[in-house]
Amino acid sequence: MPEPVVSRRGVLAGGAATAVVAATPANAARAGNRAAADPAPVKVSLKINGERRDLTLDTRTTLLDTLREHLHLTGTKKGCDHGQCGACTVLVNGLRINSCLSLAVMHDGDDVTTIEGLGTPDTLHPLQAAFVKHDGYQCGYCTPGQICSAVGVLDEIKRGVPSHVQADVAASPAFSNIELRERMSGNICRCGAYSNIAEAIAEVAGEKA
Amino acid sequence: MKAFTYERAHDPVAAARAVAGRPGARFIAGGTNLLDLMKIEVETPVHLVDVQDLKLDRIEPTDAGGLRIGALVTNTDLATDTRVRRDYGVLSRAIVAGASGQLRNKATTAGNLLQRTRCPYFYDTNMPCNKRKPGSGCAAIGGVSRQLAVIGSSDACIATHPSDMAVAMRVLDATVETIDPAGKTRAIPIADFHRLPGNTPHIDTVLAPGELITAVTLPKPIGGRHVYEKVRDRASYAFALVSVAAVIQPDGTGRVALGGVAHKPWRDEAAEAELPRGAKAVTAKLLAGAKPTHDNAFKLPLAERTLAAAMAEARTA
Repeated sequence: MPEPVVSRRGVLAGGAATAVVAATPANAARAGNRAAADPAPVKVSLKINGERRDLTLDTRTTLLDTLREHLHLTGTKKGCDHGQCGACTVLVNGLRINSCLSLAVMHDGDDVTTIEGLGTPDTLHPLQAAFVKHDGYQCGYCTPGQICSAVGVLDEIKRGVPSHVQADVAASPAFSNIELRERMSGNICRCGAYSNIAEAIAEVAGEKA
Repeated sequence: MKAFTYERAHDPVAAARAVAGRPGARFIAGGTNLLDLMKIEVETPVHLVDVQDLKLDRIEPTDAGGLRIGALVTNTDLATDTRVRRDYGVLSRAIVAGASGQLRNKATTAGNLLQRTRCPYFYDTNMPCNKRKPGSGCAAIGGVSRQLAVIGSSDACIATHPSDMAVAMRVLDATVETIDPAGKTRAIPIADFHRLPGNTPHIDTVLAPGELITAVTLPKPIGGRHVYEKVRDRASYAFALVSVAAVIQPDGTGRVALGGVAHKPWRDEAAEAELPRGAKAVTAKLLAGAKPTHDNAFKLPLAERTLAAAMAEARTA
């Protein structure tokens, strides 16, 4: 016997009477762990570190949870989950963003680079090597976000993205310690390894911190 | 986060219809503020209409000699545009004074205007807040109000608008362009776009349900020195206690708007006529009738001193 299809739209349109039907134990059991009224999962295709990954996800799944919980790429860290700490920073289509404040479904077809895609233990990205050399961390939890953010910062300076500390906003930005600190302010390090982080990034930029 | 359905719109009118036709539906662009609020269930949309494919991401010259900034232009791209940096420096400066590099890469021009207050009681669902839950009361009045409004507030709400960008747009006399579900367009002066709280603080702007911002237009450049001074509790990545957007002409006249003091960017053309007489004369008029709390009375002298600093910077810039 075909089962009646209960969609969220139908529940909403039908009002309270339909909602009561949807909430019966039989319907809840059929839906497994999902509430009967929850919308259907959606298909999302992402290019993660150069590899295409096809997923079926609850619409609520953030890009961060997609990486960590569905793809088991746990290098990207969850700190505050509210865009305040920067631990979840990844590069999407080359730009650094907070992966916690973005839904996976908003990134269908996008190109995502995580810390795992920047380098490997055998072939470190120059910034990864510099963080090791300069001891740019203590506990290491913020480090993947710091490194992904730093990749974005160096590219932004190269592309002429201005910053708050420039005297002349119309001028091309130049690398300096104060520029670096301003541009990295979205990445918090609770251990306070900032001076070593600045030295690591400065070395890769070919400058002195 | 409450469950929701999701769709991507492919033209502005279809997007407006998709939101207008469904109670509890919302537009989503960058998502940096909306998703933050959805996680704590301050916002609980049942349906999201993603507008990222609407091709509103260009900055183009207007026939009037100004610029039309697409609603989806990111904060980073707007601050980086060479025309904006050259002719509307106050706008670039205001944008890079706000948020973090990661957020500016995702946040959009329209989304920046539509972001909600950062009043701590708006965020705390255990507390009364007329903006979050109309009629529930205001825990900020008599509460911790250091960050909150000193003028234009009401007995129902003392929230501030958190945007830096909007303060610069106010001083530049920007216009917000919209389209509604019937395809009708309108142009709203930025001065009229954000509302004062009054008895309906849950309504931030004059937009109708489903009305979609398509662009923000800047009039032709007005020259002068462009300054954005922002005072905050840490040097970067914090909301303003007080900010000043100013365009000062060589003869000492100019325009001034304040951020961090009210429910909207705060500007009064009669007050800025006092600019040649100095910061004190301007803020005396601009902040006349202010009703600060015990916690935020410091904002009144701070506004005067921040404006004085902005005027000094304009003289040397």
